[in-house]
Amino acid sequence: MSRISDEQVRAEVRAWLAANWDPEMSLVTWRNKLADSGWGMPQWPEAWYGRGLPVGLARVVEEEFANVGAVSVAKSGVRLLAAATLLEHGSDLQKKKFLRRILTGEDTWCQFFSEPGSGSDLAGATTRADLVGDHWIINGQKVWTTSAHHADHGLLLARTDWDAPKHEGMSFFVIDVKQPGVDVQPLKQMNGHASFNQVFFTDAIVPAENLVAGVGDGWKVAMTTLAHERRGADGLNPPSKRGARLGRIHAEERSELETANQPYKWYPQRAGRVDLVFERAKETGANKDPYVRQEIAKLMIMAKSAEWTARRARAAQQHGRPQGPEGSLGKLAASNVARSCAHVHTLITGAEAMLAGPGSPRDGIIAEILVSVPATSIAGGTDEIQRNIISERVLGLPKEPRFDTGPFRNVRKN
Amino acid sequence: MSASDESRVEPARRIQFAFTDEQEQFRSALRRFLKDKSPTTEVRRLMATAEGYNPEVWRQLSEELALPGIPIPEQYGGAGFGMVELCIVTEELGRALLCAPYFSTTVLAANAILNAGTEAQKSSLLPDLASGARLATLAVTELSGHWDPREIELVATPVVNGYLLDGVKSYVVDGHIANLLIVAGRVPASVGHEGLALFTLSANSEGVQRRLLESMDPTRKLARIDFHGAHADLLGSVDDGAKPLIRTLDQAAIALANEMMGGAQALLDSAVDYAKLRVQFGRTIGSFQAIKHKLADMLLDVELAKSAAYCAAQACAVEDPEWPALACLAKAAASETYLRTAAECIQIHGGIGFTWDNDTHLWFKRAKSSEVFLGQPSYHRELLMQRWGV
Repeated sequence: MSRISDEQVRAEVRAWLAANWDPEMSLVTWRNKLADSGWGMPQWPEAWYGRGLPVGLARVVEEEFANVGAVSVAKSGVRLLAAATLLEHGSDLQKKKFLRRILTGEDTWCQFFSEPGSGSDLAGATTRADLVGDHWIINGQKVWTTSAHHADHGLLLARTDWDAPKHEGMSFFVIDVKQPGVDVQPLKQMNGHASFNQVFFTDAIVPAENLVAGVGDGWKVAMTTLAHERRGADGLNPPSKRGARLGRIHAEERSELETANQPYKWYPQRAGRVDLVFERAKETGANKDPYVRQEIAKLMIMAKSAEWTARRARAAQQHGRPQGPEGSLGKLAASNVARSCAHVHTLITGAEAMLAGPGSPRDGIIAEILVSVPATSIAGGTDEIQRNIISERVLGLPKEPRFDTGPFRNVRKN
Repeated sequence: MSASDESRVEPARRIQFAFTDEQEQFRSALRRFLKDKSPTTEVRRLMATAEGYNPEVWRQLSEELALPGIPIPEQYGGAGFGMVELCIVTEELGRALLCAPYFSTTVLAANAILNAGTEAQKSSLLPDLASGARLATLAVTELSGHWDPREIELVATPVVNGYLLDGVKSYVVDGHIANLLIVAGRVPASVGHEGLALFTLSANSEGVQRRLLESMDPTRKLARIDFHGAHADLLGSVDDGAKPLIRTLDQAAIALANEMMGGAQALLDSAVDYAKLRVQFGRTIGSFQAIKHKLADMLLDVELAKSAAYCAAQACAVEDPEWPALACLAKAAASETYLRTAAECIQIHGGIGFTWDNDTHLWFKRAKSSEVFLGQPSYHRELLMQRWGV
C-alpha cells in the first residue's frame, strides 16, 4: 500500500465528511448517504455500497470517521455476518433486497443454526425444508438464537435431502422471522438472563428466491458465516469509551445499540470485564496482597497478549499474508481470558463474591460476571471444537475418525 | 486501544503489528544460515567445549550477516537497525539454539554502551563489537542471583584516573570468553538506585579472576568473576544512577523473550512433526484428541507469548512510553510459555522424549535457564504491576 493512496483516501473521505456529515440528520437518512457513497463499508465492492478498498485503507476511513465523530453503518448483532454471507454467496436479487437495509439498520437479523440435537455437531441439523410449488416449507426447532425476538430476518440452515450425506443434504435460506409459524421463546440461562431464544417452526414459509447458493450448498455457506462469527468473537470489547455525543443522530444510534446489545449484556464474550480489574483491586485494597498482584498480572498478560494476537492477525491480513483459521485461536483465547478473569474477580472481591443483586459489589455486576463465565467456552462453538479446528486446519493433524457418513437418514442421532 | 485512542498517537511512532517485507526477508536469510551452521549435532559438539562457540561461524555471522552490529548505529561501525531487527535475530538464534556469544556481546554489552557511554566511549568501544572482533559481556548479578539493580553490592572506589572494583559477579553470560567486561557497581556508601554506574575494563586486567561455572544449560555458558581492586573506567557518568542499566536490562528482557519464542516454536514444530509420525494403537498419535487438543493449546500459548514479545520489541523501537512495562510482560509470558512448551514437547515424545539422544532436552534446558536469567516470571510480574501503578 503506497503512502500516496493512503493520503488520497484520507483527503477524499475528509472532504466528503465535511460536505455531508450532520449530526442533526436522521440515522436512516445518514446511512442511506453512506450506502450511496460507499464510505460506510469502503472494503465492500463498488457494486454493493462499498468502494473496493483494501482493509488497510478502510481503517484510514474509520479513523477519519472517528475524528469527526461520525456515526457508522449499523454493525451490531448478526447483521454483518448476514451481509458477509450474502456478499459471498447471495444472488444479485438477494443482495439488492437485503444489503442496503442491513447497512441502514432498518432490518435486524438472527442466525438459525444450532438445534437441541445439534450443537457442536452443527451439520446434524434436522430442521427440514420441503419444496412445495414455489415455496419452501420449514418445520423443526432451533435454539441459542440471539436476538430472534426482535429480528426481521434469519439465516436458516435446514435439511433438504435426507438421502445425501449429512453435510451435503443441507441448504441455506433467508427466512422472514415475523411470520405465522415462527414461534420465538426466550431461553433463560444459569445467570438468570435470557440472551438466547428457542424458536419453533411450524409450516413457516420461505419463497424459493430466498434460497442462498444452491440446494445442498448449505454447509458451505454456513462456514462463511461461522468464520466471520469467530473472527468477531476474539476481542473482549469493553463498553465503548465514546463520550455522550450530542445531536439527533447520536440519540437514535444509542437507542439502536441499546436494543441490539440487550441480549449481549451478559453474553459470555462480555463476561470477562478485564477492564474493571485494576479499579476493583484498588477499591478493595486487594492490590496490596502479593499473591493477588501475581494473579492480576497473569490475567493481564494473557488478556493483553490475546488482544495483540488479534491485532497481529488483522495486520497480517492487511499485508496480504495468508491467514489460518485465526478466529478459532481468538475464540479459545477469549474463553481462557474470561475464565481467568472470573477467578481474579473472585480473589479481589472475597466474601462478597457470595452475594448477588443490587446489594452486592458494583450493583451486581461482579456476581453476574461470575455466573456468566461458564457459557464462554461453549457458546459460538465449544473450546473442544475450536481445538479440533486449530489442530486439524492450522497444525495439519489427522481428522477425527467419522461414524456419520452415508445417507443422513441412516446416521445415528440423539 | 480503541480506534480513537490510536488516532491520537503520532503515526510515525505507532506500534506496528506486522513485520515489513524487508524484515521477513532478513529473517529468511538468517534462518537459512542457521539451519546450515547450527544443526543439533553442532550444538551438541559446541556445548561440550569450554569456549562454547565456533570462532569460524562467529566470523561468518559477523562478516556475512553483520549480526553483532545490528543495533549499533552506522557512525559506530554498526548496521544501524533497531530493536525489532535485534529481536528477529535473537528469535532465530533461539530457534536454532546457536552456540555463540551474541546475547552477551550485542544484546547486553553493546546496548549498555549505547545507553550509558559518552560519545567518545561509543566511538572507541563499539566498532570492535560491531565487527565481531571483540567479545564483551555485562556483569550485573552477584552471589544473591538477584537482577534488581538495588541489590548490587560491588563497590567502585574512585581513584586518580578511574575506579577500583571490589566484589563478586556471578551468572555472567560468556564471562569466561569476553575480552571486554562491563560491570555494574556502586560508589562507596551509596544505596538503592543512587550511586549505581557501569564500568568497563579488559578481562585480562590485574585483579580480575574468572571461573567458568558448570551450567545446567550447557548452551549458555556462565562465569563467576572476582574483582580485587581491579582498575576500571567509568562508562558515562554516575549522575544517571541505575537508569542506563535498567534500560539495558529491559531491552535484554525483550530480546530474551523473543529468543525464547524462537525456541518455543522449534519445540512446537518438533512436537507436531512427531505426533504425525508416531503410531500407537494402529493410529498416529496426532489423530487422538488428547494429543490434538494439547497441541492446539500449545499453539495458542506460543502465539499469545509471541504477540507479547513482538509488541514489546515494536514498542521499544518507537520509544512508546509503555515499553518498559511491556518488557516485563513479555519476559514473564515468554518464560512460562517456553517452559510449558518444552515440558509438553517431552510429554508428546513419550519415553524417548526424556533421553539424552532426543534433542528436546537441549531446548528444555534453555527454557529452564531462560526462566531464571534476567529475573523469574514472578519478579517480572511484580515489576509490571509497579510500572502500571497498580
